[in-house]
Amino acid sequence: MTVAEIFDTLDYGPAPEAANVADAWLEARDRQTQLFIGNEWRAPADGAYFDSINPGTGKPLARIAQATAADVDAAVVAARAAQPGWAKLGGAGRARHLYALARMVQKHARLFVVLESIDNGKPIRETRDIDIPLVARHFYHHAGWAQLVETEFTDHEPVGVVGQIIPWNFPLLMLAWKVAPALAAGNTVVLKPAEFTSLTAVLFADLCLDAGLPPGVVNIVTGDGRVGEAIVGHDDIDKIAFTGSTEVGRLIREATAGSGKELTLELGGKSPFIVFDDADLDGAVEGVVDAIWFNQGQVCCAGSRLLMQESIADTLVAKLKARMQTLRIGDPLDKAIDIGAIVAPVQLEKIEQLVNQGAAEGASLWQPDWAKPAEGFFYPPTLLTNVGPASTVAQEEIFGPVLTAMPFRTPGDAIALANNTRYGLAASVWTENINLALDVAPALKCGVVWVNSTNMFDAAAGFGGYRESGFGREGGREGMYAYLRPRYHAKLEAAEPAAPLPAPVPAGAASSGGIDRTPKMYIGGKQARPDSGYSRPVLGANGELLGEVGDGNRKDIREAVEAARKAEAWSKATAHNRAQVIYYIAENLDARGHEFRDRLARMPGVSKRTAGREVDAAVQRLFTYAAWADKYDGRVHATPVRNVTVAMNEPLGVMGVICPDEAPLLGFVSLVAPALAMGNRVVAVPSATNPLAATDLYQVFDTSDVPGGSVNIVTGDGDALAKVLAEHNEVDAVWYFGASGSAMVEKASSGNMKQTWVSDGRRRDWHDRLQAEGEEYLRKCTQIKNIWVPYGE
Amino acid sequence: MSTHNVTPMPGAKAPAPMHLARNPGTALELDWLRDLRVNRSAVERRAATIPTRRTVKKEWQAAWLLKAITTIDLTTLAGDDTPAKVQRLCAKARQPVRPDVLAALGMADRPFHVGAVCVYHAMLETALRALEGSGILVAAVSAGFPAGLSPLKQRIAEVEESVAAGATEIDIVITRAHVLTGNWQALYDEVSAFREACGDAHLKSIIATGDLAILRNVAKASMVCMMAGSDFIKTSTGKEATNATLPVSLVMLRCIRDYLEATGHRVGFKAAGGISTAKAALNYLSLMKEELGTDWMQPALFRIGASSLLADVERQLEHHVTGAYSAYNRHPVA
Repeated sequence: MTVAEIFDTLDYGPAPEAANVADAWLEARDRQTQLFIGNEWRAPADGAYFDSINPGTGKPLARIAQATAADVDAAVVAARAAQPGWAKLGGAGRARHLYALARMVQKHARLFVVLESIDNGKPIRETRDIDIPLVARHFYHHAGWAQLVETEFTDHEPVGVVGQIIPWNFPLLMLAWKVAPALAAGNTVVLKPAEFTSLTAVLFADLCLDAGLPPGVVNIVTGDGRVGEAIVGHDDIDKIAFTGSTEVGRLIREATAGSGKELTLELGGKSPFIVFDDADLDGAVEGVVDAIWFNQGQVCCAGSRLLMQESIADTLVAKLKARMQTLRIGDPLDKAIDIGAIVAPVQLEKIEQLVNQGAAEGASLWQPDWAKPAEGFFYPPTLLTNVGPASTVAQEEIFGPVLTAMPFRTPGDAIALANNTRYGLAASVWTENINLALDVAPALKCGVVWVNSTNMFDAAAGFGGYRESGFGREGGREGMYAYLRPRYHAKLEAAEPAAPLPAPVPAGAASSGGIDRTPKMYIGGKQARPDSGYSRPVLGANGELLGEVGDGNRKDIREAVEAARKAEAWSKATAHNRAQVIYYIAENLDARGHEFRDRLARMPGVSKRTAGREVDAAVQRLFTYAAWADKYDGRVHATPVRNVTVAMNEPLGVMGVICPDEAPLLGFVSLVAPALAMGNRVVAVPSATNPLAATDLYQVFDTSDVPGGSVNIVTGDGDALAKVLAEHNEVDAVWYFGASGSAMVEKASSGNMKQTWVSDGRRRDWHDRLQAEGEEYLRKCTQIKNIWVPYGE
Repeated sequence: MSTHNVTPMPGAKAPAPMHLARNPGTALELDWLRDLRVNRSAVERRAATIPTRRTVKKEWQAAWLLKAITTIDLTTLAGDDTPAKVQRLCAKARQPVRPDVLAALGMADRPFHVGAVCVYHAMLETALRALEGSGILVAAVSAGFPAGLSPLKQRIAEVEESVAAGATEIDIVITRAHVLTGNWQALYDEVSAFREACGDAHLKSIIATGDLAILRNVAKASMVCMMAGSDFIKTSTGKEATNATLPVSLVMLRCIRDYLEATGHRVGFKAAGGISTAKAALNYLSLMKEELGTDWMQPALFRIGASSLLADVERQLEHHVTGAYSAYNRHPVA
């Protein structure tokens, strides 16, 4: 076209970034990449390679090494060998390395930017302005955490060797999110990039060599899902960190159950984008562009469900369609396009299939009238209206540039629709009314809320989900905890196997003359007969009958969970109010201390002296958590935009707590009190062998203003009840401190990906405050929601 | 790939018409003001990504820069303006790009000049004479420019005098106090009076965004000025502490779009002050194209009020032609 012609049409022209340097980098490797193990480039054990395709052209870019289980093993060996030295180097020493990595990313920014774009298909604007700057930022931020880790995380140590498996949607950024905190904390890593997008990880490894990182600290093993399986199943890996689909996350949860491996998962989402009638609608439209047409919608936290207040729905949809017309799709290396290529044909097919299904179910489909490129894997921006919560496209994660839109009536309606999903990753809330925004944000079940904004990320703010979007946070102080553990963990001894339980008997069969005191279940603030109609004998130190408790079954758990679900008021009560109730429990327990002392003293393994100590410690522990109730504050993170990023600690919701056999009163109190203090509602299962100390608490609770349903107690076979709780989809978390059911609980938890905290068959000293109380417990029964609130009039 | 235009522009080869159907205005619709919402952070984010999401290179860049020149209101508004200074400016307005550069760009056979020359009333006569037969419009700043605080009667008279002297466009300033105190009726009445005084001359209302403190005021002032019949809304006098920026421009463009949707009337936009580089001009053209479509990249609906911008654009055009970076002294000054 001539200048004069363009002067008349005023069209956009091509504005391609050159790929010559990236091409030269690939050519220098004969377009074939190797495995990076112990700072050496190794060919895969069986010599297999696979193609990496440029999604913008559909043509192969390079051959990528397919690691074998033996290669993974070699990488783990290298990482294990390196770990003690890396930890010993100290925070300051590691900080210098992380700083060097940050500088290195900046020095080679353009090569990363181009390579990422041609490998993934995302627009170069995004790799240039978002992905790679965030990568550098992440290493800088964590150079800082390395420097501070010893003073800011006292009594913690690195987890050890970490296996990390990352997705293809933000290849280098996800590497940074995984590698930076792991290294800062003193871990060494074996990382598997996604099969579609290995190249920037290979470049990163290349530059780790240049930057002088010690051998074995970072190991990169490329390949398909088999490599991931080998990492997940490897015995000498201490922690798995995974970002990817909920489907694979669930398999990893099941595969690692009982292995003792720590686990953090960042999974899928179906995030709501809520627009109220008083929002800046043009601003919201641009928000939608950044929410669902960022990275072709291949973003776990993409705002893919547009919820519009009914009164402005038509206006908003009209504005949105006009905006969609001006989006530009095309060559990812073109600096003036908005939407690049879908990463692979298989993803493209999945998007097409889901959109077709949506249309078949009655959704109205709208796409701009312009054509998409003929070559490469492209999908146009798509709007689906006439969609209800029951539509497949409103529930399933599409992972493409597809937006579903539905109206709502009231704020309550918006919250209900927003939370009507198995996921809980992120949400956007658009309103000019700060009262409304700050009312809605805490009510949304998700890990990140963006007010009048969307898809904002920073190393200083934690990112991660609720519900089936996973657990653990990446970024900020909260993210560092994912790569550290308390030092005492390694010193815990194996628990004694639980004594076989006496068989249940018909209720009352063992009554002994006096007035019968057989406790029932404690559900919704009332005593309820066990559904089974059976009781269990409770035996004393010498095998004598101490009493009976109800033999709980799955229906008792169902009732207890139902009561806990309804007791939402406890979660909404003020921290001061919760503190008062817990102080009151302590006061009443103390007043009846002698009864509990006598009760405990008759139990196996408890002497009169230790019984007294246990009661005193239990009262103290209640005081501790009453004290914490209004002091476990959130934070305001220093993120680099004009906003307040509030990190709020929120309760997990309904928790199942299976208490230990040792210290029957103190163990119970040590677990239930922090959960209550943070606003959780609890279904507790006391020690099966020594349940009476817990059941004696019914009357203490009854006289302490404990709202019905906030704490519920079901007695019976601990492991059987634990399984019901772990499988229950209304339960948000399970703590298991029995002797032998940890693996079962972790495995059964995968149904709704509830959080678990298990004993791994180890015994705690419940009298040792270092291991039996404190912030670790509070962290484990809360989750952090980061709320971004930009301001400025 | 095509872009979304409100209506297609007529006749490509002919020079773009300088004036379209006028905005007759509406009654003062206070409801429209009540419903206006502007979120500053969201506006800034969008504005910040205009230059990063869009760029034009090579022939496209040259063509867009040429187009930018045709939208310039070449301006001199200084206390030391003299007829000679204005004559020089007008000569530059007639031939804004060196003929050899224009020829190398394949534009030699086209009438090519800036959009208008913008001066104080006292310089109108000189400008009109200097530009006779050129097709270049002459605009006068008026109504107590730049502060707009002289008596209303005199401000109206000033408009009438400039129109009588032959100005085809009148750039008025509004009383910022009406905006800051929320006296929309007074603002509407004032601008309506100016519109009436303009007769056939086109009314360009300067809302002086830098004085209005917050973006919601920018939006409301824009709306009232359009309701009162402004043919253009304009950011700044060039004398405020902050002049045209992409965020305030974005807010005003969205108001133009809303007004168009509500009334069917097209209103132009003029960014004035602080636009001095070719890159900045291209960003404004991208903003116009993205928010309002290609029609709003033409001088009938878009102007850049500038004095030093042209020199940078000329250098970039010569660079495009020769491949070597240019220098200011290679291009005639205004």
